[in-house]
Amino acid sequence: MFDLERWEEIFETIRKNKLRTFLTGLSVASGIFILVILLGIGQGMRNGISAEFEQDAANILYVWTGRTAVEYKGLNPGRQIQLKNADFQSTAQKYIDELEYKSAVYRIWNGVVDYKKETGSYRVEGVLPDYQFLENTPLMQGRFLNYQDHQNYEKVAVIGKVVKNDLFKEVDPVGKYVEISGINFKVIGVFSDPGGEREENRVYVPLSTGQRVFNGQNNINNMAFTLGKEDNFESALAASNKFSAELQQFLKEQHSVAPEDTRAININNSLENAKRFYDLMDMIKFFFWGVGICTIIAGIVGVSNIMLIIVKERTREIGVRKALGAEPWSIVGMVLHESIFVTAIAGLVGLIGSLALLELVGPMIETNYIANPSVDFGVALTTVVILVVAGALAGFFPAYRAARIKPIVALRDE
Amino acid sequence: MIEIKDLHKSYKTGSNTLHVLKGINFNVAEGELVSIMGSSGSGKSTLLNILGMLDEADQGSYTLDGVPIKNLNEKIAARYRNRFLGFVFQSFNLINYKTALDNVALPLYYQGMKRKERLERAMAYLDKVGLTAWAQHLPNELSGGQKQRVAIARALASDPKVLLADEPTGALDTKTSYEVMDLIQKINEEGRTILIVTHEHDIAEMTKRIVNLKDGVIIDDRKVDQVKALQHV
Repeated sequence: MFDLERWEEIFETIRKNKLRTFLTGLSVASGIFILVILLGIGQGMRNGISAEFEQDAANILYVWTGRTAVEYKGLNPGRQIQLKNADFQSTAQKYIDELEYKSAVYRIWNGVVDYKKETGSYRVEGVLPDYQFLENTPLMQGRFLNYQDHQNYEKVAVIGKVVKNDLFKEVDPVGKYVEISGINFKVIGVFSDPGGEREENRVYVPLSTGQRVFNGQNNINNMAFTLGKEDNFESALAASNKFSAELQQFLKEQHSVAPEDTRAININNSLENAKRFYDLMDMIKFFFWGVGICTIIAGIVGVSNIMLIIVKERTREIGVRKALGAEPWSIVGMVLHESIFVTAIAGLVGLIGSLALLELVGPMIETNYIANPSVDFGVALTTVVILVVAGALAGFFPAYRAARIKPIVALRDE
Repeated sequence: MIEIKDLHKSYKTGSNTLHVLKGINFNVAEGELVSIMGSSGSGKSTLLNILGMLDEADQGSYTLDGVPIKNLNEKIAARYRNRFLGFVFQSFNLINYKTALDNVALPLYYQGMKRKERLERAMAYLDKVGLTAWAQHLPNELSGGQKQRVAIARALASDPKVLLADEPTGALDTKTSYEVMDLIQKINEEGRTILIVTHEHDIAEMTKRIVNLKDGVIIDDRKVDQVKALQHV
C-alpha cells in the first residue's frame, strides 16, 4: 500500500485514463451524494414534525364523557354520563403520589365576552391553577389563576392572546373588566400557547367561580392529568397506560357503566398518541434508509459494472504484464489499488459536496414539516467505507480471474 | 542453453484430444539464432509458448540454462519469465497508454528496480534500437517497425538469457521486416540466444539454423549460411 513505485504506476494509469476514472468516480460520488441528502431530509422531517407536536405537556391524559352504549345493571343505553367534582377529588386523592399536575375543567357554553363595545365568542373554561402546565401556556402579562382565586370564588379571568387582540387592541388588559355572559370578570393575565391561535382563543376562570356563577353546581366536563416523570419513554408509556386503564375502570364503577362500554368514558392518552407519532417517525426514517440503501446498492452495481469493464478492457494488458514477469497478486493488487483509490476519493467528494449543500441550504428551508436537515457524519462516512469496500470486492473477482488467465490466452484476447 | 527431451503436448477440444507436440527433442546452445518453421498447425507456436513458460508441457523435460522448468507455480513462472526470457510478439503488445520509454522500463519495474535507474536503462536500450528521439511518444504515434523495435528493446531490457520472437515480422512489410531482422542479427552477434518462429523462408534464411516442424515432430534440423539482412535493406 505504501509502495511508492506502485503509487506512481497507479497515478500514471489514472492520468492516462481520465474518462474511465471520471465515470467510476461519478457513480460513487452521486450515490453518496443522494444518500446523504436523503438522510438529511429525513432528519429534517423528523425535526420539523417533532416541533409541530411540541405544544401540550407530552404525557397528558384527558378524560371526557359521552352517552353509554351498552345496557348495564338495568340501566338503559344512551344515558349521558356527567362527571362530578367528587370524581376528580377521589381520583386526585387516590393517585396523589403518581400525579404531577391535575385539573378539572368546567366548560361554560355560550361564552360571549364583551369589553366596552367589542364583543367576541370564545371558549370559556373553569379550571384549576395546574391547568397552566397541563396546557403548556406561557404567560405574556400578569399571572395565571391561583388557589386563592379558587377558594374565594374570585371573578377573575386569564385571556388568550387572540382574545386580547380582538377586544383590547393596544390597551393593556390587566386590571380591566370584561363581561362574560353579562357578568363582570377582572382580567389578571394574558397567555400565549405554542399550540397556535386555536389555543389562544380561550378564556380561563377559576373552576369554583365558573361552577357557581354559571349554574354548574358540582358538574365538570373534563379532567386532565399528568403523571410524574419516568426515566425513559417506555416506562412512562407503561405507567400512563396503567393509570389510564385503572382510571377508566374506577370511573365506570362510579357511574355504573358496563366494563365493555367504550363510549361513555373516554381517556385520551397523549403519550399513546406520541408513541404512534414516534412510530410514524421511525417509519419515515426506515423509508429514507431503505431508499438510501437502494441508492447505495445501485452505486455498488454501477461500480461493479465499471470494474468488470475495466478488467475486461485490460485483459490484454494484463497478459503483457504477466509475460513480462508480473506475479498474479501484483496484477490483482494493481487493479484493486486503483479502484479503491478512485472510489475513496470520489466517495469523499460526494460526501463533502452533500454536507456542504445541507449546511448551506438547510437553514434556508422554512416549511412546517422540514426543519434543520442534517446528517450524522459518522453514518455518512460509514456509507463511504461500505461503498469503497463493495467496489473493491466487485473489482476483486474479475481482477483475480484475469490474473489467473494464462498469459498466452490473455494475449490472444482481441 | 535450452534442452528439450521427448516433449508432448495435447489440447482437449470437447471430446477430441488434439495431440500437438509428439515428442520433440531439441537443444539450443548459447549464442545461437534459431528459426522454427512449419505450416500452421505444425505446433511451432505451442513449442514457443512452452519454451516461454506461457504454457506447460504434458510430458518430457525442459531445462533452461541448467534450471529444470517443471511444476512451476504462477509466482515462480513469473519470476523466471522476468529474469530468463524476453518476448517479441507479432502484434507488438505494447501498453498503449504508456510511452515508449515506460513500455521498455516495465520489465524492470517487475524486477523491483527504482524508477530513476530503470528509466536510465530503458533509455539505453531505446538508444540501441535507434529510437531515442521517440522515447516520449505513445505506441499509436509510432510506425509498425518502430513499435516492433520498442518491443525488442523491452524484451532486452531485463537482460534475458533467451529472446523468444513469435512471428516478429508477421505484421510488417518486407523492407521493415529486413530492418527488424538486421536488428535481431546484431543483437545475436553480441552473444544473445534467440529463437524465432516464422513461416517466411527469407526470414528463416537470415538465422543460423532452421528447425522444421510438421505434425508435431521435427522433420528437419539444419544449419544454414546466414544471409545478412543488411544486404536487402
